[in-house]
Amino acid sequence: MQVHLNTIHKQFGSLVANDEISIQFEPGRIYGLLGENGAGKSTLMKILSGYQQPDRGEIALNGVVQHFATPRQALAAGVGMLYQEPLDVPVFTVLENFLLGRADDGQRPQQSAKALAQLAGRYGFQVDPHEHTRELSMGERQQLELLRLLAGGAEVLILDEPTTGISAEQKDLLFASMRTLAREEGKTLILVSHKLDEVQELCDYAYVLRKGRLVGGKQLPCPNQELVDLMFDELAPRPARQTAPGDVLLDLQHVSARTPRLELEPVSLHVQAGQVLGLAGLEGSGQELLLRACAGLLPLSGGSLRLAGEPQPDWDYPRARQHGVAYLAAGRLEEGLIAGLTLTEHMALVSNAHGLLVDWLQNRQLAAQHISTYQVVGQPESYIENLSGGNQQRFLFAMLPQNLKLILMEHPTRGLDIRSTDWIWEQLDRRRADGTAIIFLSADLDEIAARSDQIAVFSGGRLLRSVPAAETTADELGHLIGGAL
Amino acid sequence: MSQPKPRLERIWPLLPGLAALLVTTLLLLAMGTSPIDAYSAMWQGAFGTSARVYSVLAFLVPLLLAASGLLLTFKAGLWNIGIEGQIIMGAVAASWVALRVQLPAGLQIPLELLAAMAGGALWAALAGILKTRGGVHEIFGGLALNNLAILFTNYLIAGPWQPPEGGSFRGTQPFGAHALLPLFENSRLSLLSLALAVVAFAGVALVLTNSHWGLRLKALGQNARSAFLLGVSSNREMLLAMAVCGALAGLGGGVRVLSWFDSLRQSISGGIGYLALMVVLLAGFRLVLTPLVAFFFSAVLNGSITLQLRTQLHSALGDILTGVLVLLVLLFGNYERVRRAFRRRRSQADG
Ligand SMILES: Nc1ncnc2c1ncn2[C@@H]1O[C@H](COP(=O)(O)OP(=O)(O)OP(=O)(O)O)[C@@H](O)[C@H]1O
Ligand SMILES: [Mg+2]
Repeated sequence: MQVHLNTIHKQFGSLVANDEISIQFEPGRIYGLLGENGAGKSTLMKILSGYQQPDRGEIALNGVVQHFATPRQALAAGVGMLYQEPLDVPVFTVLENFLLGRADDGQRPQQSAKALAQLAGRYGFQVDPHEHTRELSMGERQQLELLRLLAGGAEVLILDEPTTGISAEQKDLLFASMRTLAREEGKTLILVSHKLDEVQELCDYAYVLRKGRLVGGKQLPCPNQELVDLMFDELAPRPARQTAPGDVLLDLQHVSARTPRLELEPVSLHVQAGQVLGLAGLEGSGQELLLRACAGLLPLSGGSLRLAGEPQPDWDYPRARQHGVAYLAAGRLEEGLIAGLTLTEHMALVSNAHGLLVDWLQNRQLAAQHISTYQVVGQPESYIENLSGGNQQRFLFAMLPQNLKLILMEHPTRGLDIRSTDWIWEQLDRRRADGTAIIFLSADLDEIAARSDQIAVFSGGRLLRSVPAAETTADELGHLIGGAL
Repeated sequence: MSQPKPRLERIWPLLPGLAALLVTTLLLLAMGTSPIDAYSAMWQGAFGTSARVYSVLAFLVPLLLAASGLLLTFKAGLWNIGIEGQIIMGAVAASWVALRVQLPAGLQIPLELLAAMAGGALWAALAGILKTRGGVHEIFGGLALNNLAILFTNYLIAGPWQPPEGGSFRGTQPFGAHALLPLFENSRLSLLSLALAVVAFAGVALVLTNSHWGLRLKALGQNARSAFLLGVSSNREMLLAMAVCGALAGLGGGVRVLSWFDSLRQSISGGIGYLALMVVLLAGFRLVLTPLVAFFFSAVLNGSITLQLRTQLHSALGDILTGVLVLLVLLFGNYERVRRAFRRRRSQADG
């Protein structure tokens, strides 16, 4: 299906998110949509998929002008979108979510389950119709959503940063299915992403947005630098990092933990002050459990934990916070930020100020100050959910207290553009130089290889190996993880 | 970044009120009564004489106290249905002091009011502990505690606190004059209690708009998980919100026994807790609207009592009017939701 967007304009108050954008997508091809955080990518795609309405401009499918008041209308016309934040209902089962929002076509559950299985089989997805969605990983939820859109008759598929927070294996599967959808089924695919290598690998053509405008397009593959030049004014070179680890800060002896889904076998590891430990592994291999156990969010089922030499027998999250341990979860708006609160309110909430009453003026200034140092696109009065994904992430970092001993992070730069990623790591490096230790997990092996001092590789709930980062590469890590299967 | 609201959206909150009036009017016409007569009787009943105005205000006091407390619990995302029981236990605690303690008036009454607050707070904290420790949803815990409170009152009236002459199961003997709140001009209104209610509401308003605690409650209500990760100790704040709400409700219960009545009665609250829930829902959890809606309810309910005397209509007219209003607001009060539903309907028709 051919898509024409004609002079699409969208404004939020005085902020122009989409500035007269005209753009065209052809069937049978995969498009990349690039641009820095807040460039307006999600907004444009939400307009195309009926989730938001443009102030001006029109959408034409195969030359016919359309008006979408809801995503449902858009899907009926053939446009489906996978949102940056998943929209499924966690308490429903997979099948219920699959059927959600579809006209009742009189099918019995068994038939629907069969239809779901059949469709899933075509793209190599494995879904259990009766499992509860909240039990699913990010990648599985995404597969489910994709199937729902396909069953709903989507001819144009939009994927907004689909590869953030899913495993490498799930990513490969997703890309294979996208190729099938475009090449064999003639669908129009649009991929919004910050990962240039992915875009180069998968897409035929890339459009670049900057500050709400379409600034160009490139036939792919092309040198990465050409895309970067289109996206940013200038990019500072990555400074070389030095490491001088201090005393042992966190010492884990035979630590084990379990959730209903997975058991983490005893792990012994330590991190020194100023050191960065990267946790690698397919999603759900146990690294998340270890991280949550360190944060005190998951009770240890065995072993012991020492912080700066002190044994911590009753480790829990409030205690961890008291001891200068911070934790940043993967789901921004689910675990970390509070939709419905403004940036100023977030500041006041974490300010820990004594006294009964909130000093709004001071917190507003503080928010404004963080907004400018962390280069967040937004105002102190903006509601956090109205910030673009990358800007939400920046604000999460802005809220971290000073003088932390240990920072624990899941997918720290998920959804951030290249410049923001570099910038965030620069901030982290500065804290590291002051003796803060960092443990993070990421689905991005390049990130793990480039940013860690020490790397721990997990598989199936077990610590496979712990290696100094200097002695390995992303490739090798990939093999390690893959080979362990 | 606020966008100018469309006209319709701005006047939207008024519409359910008008619609409820329309429905009630139709009902009156169907029954062959002149609506104008009925409404004017109602108005007379509420504001016709100064005594009636005092009565409206006296009824308003416990309602506003309970509604103020509920603003806190709702903000924290809690459905404190147990508010009715908290009012009752406040009344019981105040009665206990009134019946069993003899102090100079300057101490007696403050002690009674403090006991009332403690009684309500305790009952609310119980529902809170059931939730935080036992995982019992506050709605179910609250309902159970409401029934327990009613049973307990009945037991007290029929048993240990039975009037000496016996026989009547409807209430305890009247408290001594020194134990009762001073009343204003022979009405059931205690100015002290009215002042306390106003202060309580103002306090809640201040807490919700400007205090760290209010902000923590808001965070908790919006997203408990994130709030916890940002350092809000959810259990403690929830319990505290419940207890403060319970204290205000209990104070309302105390005012009921010490001024509206003069003794502990069987239906001492008479559903004021549920009424307060409706008030807050109807006000859409908005601070400014809450006292206005509470006043409106109080006026309508008091007005319809006189209505019964003047016309042949049952005093249930007031209940009908408020009931229809609540229903309409719950169904259509949220402009955004209605608009979305409407669009969905239209898109279905198109597709
Ligand atoms: N509902 C809204 N209200 C106010 N501002 C909004 C709203 N939605 C988006 N914006 C603003 O519009 C701009 C573009 O946002 P958009 O989400 O389209 O960016 P993006 O290119 O997807 O960024 P990212 O890569 O970070 O996801 C941002 O500055 C954002 O803060
Ligand atoms: Mg986006």
